Amino acid sequence: MPIDDSSKPEPVLKPVLRESASFPRQVLAEIHRAAAEGVYAIRGFGAKRRVPNFDDLVLLGASVSRYPLEGYRERCATEVVIGTRFAKKPITLKIPITIAGMSFGALGSHAKEALGRAATQLGTSTTTGDGGMTEEERLASKTLVYQVLPSRYGLNPDDLRRADAIEVVVGQGAKPGGGGMLLGQKITERVAGMRDLPVGIDQRSASRHPDWTGPDDLTIKIQELREVTDWEKPIYVKVGATRVAYDVALAVKAGADAVVVDGMQGGTAATQDVFIEHVGIPTLAAVRLAADALVELDQHRKVQLIVSGGIRSGADVAKALALGADAVSIGVAALVALGCNREAYVEDYQKLGTMPGFCHHCHTGRCPVGITTQLPELEARLDPELGARHVRNYISTLVLELQTLARACGKSHVLNLEPEDLAALTIEAAAMARVPLAGTNWIPGVSGG
Amino acid sequence: MQIDLDQVSIRELNQRLHGLSPETNWREVRIVNPKGRHALAVGLTLPIEVTVEGHVGYYCAGMNKEAAVTIAGHAGPGVAENIMSGVVRVEGNASQYAAASGRGGLVVIEGDASARCGISMKGVDIVVGGSVGHLSAFMAQRGHLVVCGDAGADLGDSLYEARLYVQGRVESLGADCIEKEQTAAHQEGLAALLERARIKADPRAFRRYGSARRLYHFHTDHAHAY
Repeated sequence: MPIDDSSKPEPVLKPVLRESASFPRQVLAEIHRAAAEGVYAIRGFGAKRRVPNFDDLVLLGASVSRYPLEGYRERCATEVVIGTRFAKKPITLKIPITIAGMSFGALGSHAKEALGRAATQLGTSTTTGDGGMTEEERLASKTLVYQVLPSRYGLNPDDLRRADAIEVVVGQGAKPGGGGMLLGQKITERVAGMRDLPVGIDQRSASRHPDWTGPDDLTIKIQELREVTDWEKPIYVKVGATRVAYDVALAVKAGADAVVVDGMQGGTAATQDVFIEHVGIPTLAAVRLAADALVELDQHRKVQLIVSGGIRSGADVAKALALGADAVSIGVAALVALGCNREAYVEDYQKLGTMPGFCHHCHTGRCPVGITTQLPELEARLDPELGARHVRNYISTLVLELQTLARACGKSHVLNLEPEDLAALTIEAAAMARVPLAGTNWIPGVSGG
Repeated sequence: MQIDLDQVSIRELNQRLHGLSPETNWREVRIVNPKGRHALAVGLTLPIEVTVEGHVGYYCAGMNKEAAVTIAGHAGPGVAENIMSGVVRVEGNASQYAAASGRGGLVVIEGDASARCGISMKGVDIVVGGSVGHLSAFMAQRGHLVVCGDAGADLGDSLYEARLYVQGRVESLGADCIEKEQTAAHQEGLAALLERARIKADPRAFRRYGSARRLYHFHTDHAHAY
C-alpha cells in the first residue's frame, strides 16, 4: 500500500554557502583590516602559502643498479668544512646543518643562548643577527658566525675578531630587497643600547649597506673585512633567492668563501606580509640555480653553498645536499624546536588573536612561549638549558634521517648525494630542480622523452 | 717607522700595524706611496699616529679604534667607515660614504665630502671643512655632522638622534629632518667640536638640523613623508 505523506511539510532546503575563490575569508579579512588600519600587515615567521618544495621530490634508494649501505652498521660521514677558499682558519662542522642568523632583539637572550648551546653540543655553528653579538651568545657558542648587515646596528671590530666566520648579509629569503621593521614594543633598554637608538622606537633595518653600492664595491668590502681580521675568518655572502645565478656568480667574483642562499620560505622577525608571500623564489628552485652557477665557475665544493629557507626534516636536508648544497641552515624550524607555536599558554595566544599552530606574532614581542620577546615574564617561560636540549634533539633527528636516506642511496658521506638520486613528483618540481619527473627521463626544459 | 707601499703589500702593512704591542715604541708610522690602494690601516686598535702620504682608495682607516690616522691627500669611498674611536683626518677631499656607520671618535675632512657622508652614523663626530653631497647623514642615529660649506639634497633623511650643523646652503632636507633652534649650549658644543677638529669657523654662523621624530613609529598618515 502506497504511503501517503502529503500531510507532511516540505523539507526546507538550506542554501549551500559558496566561498569565493578570489575572495575567500582570509582575503576578505585582510581587506577589512587594511581598510581599518591603512597600513600593510607586518608579521614574523615565514611564507604561509604552499610553494613547490622538497616534498615534491623523492629520493631513489638503491636496489640492483646501486648498492645501499647497512643502515645501522656502516658509517655515513657528515662532516663539512666551510671556508676552504681563502680563509686561514676554515671552520669544520660535524654536521651539515647550521643555525641561521636571528638577532638579539628579535629573539630574547634565553633563545639566543639556547641556540648557541645546542649548536655547540652538536658541533655546528650558530649565527648572530641585526643586533650584534651578545656575551651570552659568544660564551654559549663554540662556532659563531657574525653577521655584517646593512643596518650595521651591532658591527664592532672586536666582535668581528671574536667570531669564527663572517657573513655579509645582502638579502634575506623572506624579504629580498627589503629592510626589516622591529617594532618599538620590542625595544628594551638593552636592545636599544646595542643599536644606538632610543628605547621604544621602531627600528628600521636598512635594505642596503651604507658604504657600498654594487658588486665591485663588495669585492673591496670583503678585502677590508679580511684585512681587519687578518684573513683568518671565512667570509660568507648571504643573498635572498631571486636572481640566484647572477648573485652567486658575483658573490664568488667578490671573493666569498661561502655563499648562503635563502629561499622565499625563509623566516623573519618582522616584515611586510606582502613581501614574505610574494617576493623571491622557492628554496627548491634556488638550490639548483646556485649549484649550477658554482659548477659553471668551477667553484662547486670549493666555494661552499649553504641553503636555507623552510628546511624542516632530514629529507629536506638530503634533497638540498643532493641538489648541490654543502650545508643547510635552519631558522624557523629551530625556533619551533624551542617551542614556537607549541600548545601551551593558549590563553596568551588567544589574546594575540591566534592559536598554537597559527601564530606569527614574533613582531609584537608578546611571544607566548618566551622565544621572540624581551619581556622578562614571558622570557622566563623558556629555560635555555631545556631549550638547548630540545634543539639538539631535533637537529640530531634531522642528522639521523639524513644519514639513513644517504645510506639507502649507497653513500658513505652525505655530500656524496647527487641529483641522480632524485626524481620529481610534479612537473613544476622537475623543472625547478632539473631532475626527471618520476617514471620518466623527462626533465622539463632540459631533455625530451 | 716608515712603510713604503711600493715595497710592502697591503697585507704586510696591516699585519705589521696589527702586530704592534701596546708597549711599542713605534708610536708614529708613516706610509708612503699609497697610490689609491684600498683598505689601508684598517682595524687599528692602539693609540698610535699613522700618516698616509698621498691619496688612498676605499675604506682607509676603517673600523679604527684609538689610532690617529692622517691622510695627506684625498680619500676614496668609505674612509673611516665604522670608526669606533680615535681620530681620522683627511687633508684633501673624501669620496662617498665618509665615516659611514661610525660609532665613535672624530673624523675631520678638511676639503669636501661626496654623497652619503655620515650615512647611518651611530655616534661618530664628523667635521667637514667644505661641502657634503646628497643624502648625507641618511638614517643617522647618533653623533654630530658639521658642514662648514653647503649640503646637498635630502640632508638627514630618516634622521634619528644625530645633530647636524650646516654653515652654508642646504639644497633640501630629507624626510623627517627639520631645522631646530640653535641654543647657547648647542653653540658651545659646536665650538668645542670645531676646536677639536682644528677647523676655524664661527659657531654662530651655523644652523642646526635634527629629527622631527614623526617617523619614529610607522603610521599610515606619515606614509607620504617617505
